[in-house]
Amino acid sequence: MQSNSVVVVDLGTGNLRSVTKAINTVSPNSEVHVSAEPSVIANADRVILPGQGAIGTWLKQLGAGTQLREAVMNALDEKPVLGICLGLQALYRYSSENGGQNGFARICGTVKHFSEAETDYQSELYQKQKIPHMGWNRVIQTKKHPLWKGITDGERFYFVHSYYADSRDPSQIAGQTEYGITFTSAATQDNLFAVQFHPEKSQRAGLTLLQNFINWDGA
Amino acid sequence: MPLAKRIIPCLDVDRGRVVKGTCFVNLRDAGDPVEVAARYDQENADEIAFLDITASSDNRETIIHIVEDVAEQVFIPLTVGGGIRTLEDISRLLHAGADKISINTTAVNNPNFIREASQHFGNQCIVVAIDAKQVKSGSDGQKQWEIYTHGGRTSTGIDAIDWAKKMEQFGAGELLITSMDRDGTKTGFDLDLMKTITSQTGIPAIASGGVGKLQHLVEGIVAGGADAVLAASIFHYGEYTVAKAKQFLAKNGIEIRL
Repeated sequence: MQSNSVVVVDLGTGNLRSVTKAINTVSPNSEVHVSAEPSVIANADRVILPGQGAIGTWLKQLGAGTQLREAVMNALDEKPVLGICLGLQALYRYSSENGGQNGFARICGTVKHFSEAETDYQSELYQKQKIPHMGWNRVIQTKKHPLWKGITDGERFYFVHSYYADSRDPSQIAGQTEYGITFTSAATQDNLFAVQFHPEKSQRAGLTLLQNFINWDGA
Repeated sequence: MPLAKRIIPCLDVDRGRVVKGTCFVNLRDAGDPVEVAARYDQENADEIAFLDITASSDNRETIIHIVEDVAEQVFIPLTVGGGIRTLEDISRLLHAGADKISINTTAVNNPNFIREASQHFGNQCIVVAIDAKQVKSGSDGQKQWEIYTHGGRTSTGIDAIDWAKKMEQFGAGELLITSMDRDGTKTGFDLDLMKTITSQTGIPAIASGGVGKLQHLVEGIVAGGADAVLAASIFHYGEYTVAKAKQFLAKNGIEIRL
């Protein structure tokens, strides 16, 4: 019997209502909390870490040495966690946004602005891509994972972001997307799974991924 | 280029109903916003836009409830515009389930509002809506356009191309470009207007105003350089479904989510 309480961590940014409603839709029996209470995070079976906007503001909400930060760090160690957008970027060691921000260093690599990409963008042959990367793009599944169950390889998800994850360890890449360069659109390590796109805004495919997360034991 | 072009049905909302007019006037009723949005979602729309065309304070409450109701059952991006004046307005709509907020009049009155809003909420959710009307050609024979505010009622004397570039610098994440000359006429987008703006800016652009047949959508993307195309009446009255429009674009070699 899978117990199913989910906390959507509220760091004051992003469309948390849509994440919550999407979970309610795919899993009416799940108990969903939107909270920044350390005890609520500690007691939940699963944690969703969403976020939009500026990563500096987002990390500031988490604080340094706070109980909230500790609760989130403990969750990263021990229970299924789904990171969305900034929730993916924060798992890396460092992001160049907002003058440089240190992340949680659970996934190897860094987060950069699309204009910092070293390869194709510098080539005059390459057509300049618009920033932000906004819209429905393909996700190539580079690794088998329970969260991809029932989702076609190459399926489109909704993206909106100007910074992208540049992974160093290929074994942690679960999905890749091409936008001038190829970047990590899904990353995983043990009980962590994180996506750059917005499953809560990606219609059927997104709802399937959220359903898979609710059914996932983190292994 | 794997990123798909988007089709965005637009719901003009007045007193809780979807309406559509010609050249910003002569409104006709087109249904309940929640039902209409749910239908577009079923038809695989890539995004849905709500425009509060009266933008009164009463209507503000109405549109927040509509967004809340739609966001409970529709899991695609929602853009809301009309009468946005304060950061608090933006915050309330985002909390109701909107993903992007489109701003026109307030940006013209106070361009710094766009800077503040994009710093506060992230530029991914700040859309600047530009209502443009062609003016007489300049001395060099080049076409020129002027922007209007208050739902097309007030002229500003501001050049549309300069304005688009300025809004990009101020932190807009996307431009929604409506040709007032074409709106409701079903004669196609103003492609010169679109091309002039998309060739001089580096943020996504939505073409709006004038769609009467599916070929117009193709033209907006191919000739106009638009990343997304917005249309209202061709979808509201059942002339075409969104699904049919997407198939048509795909057949014309445009990258689309089917």
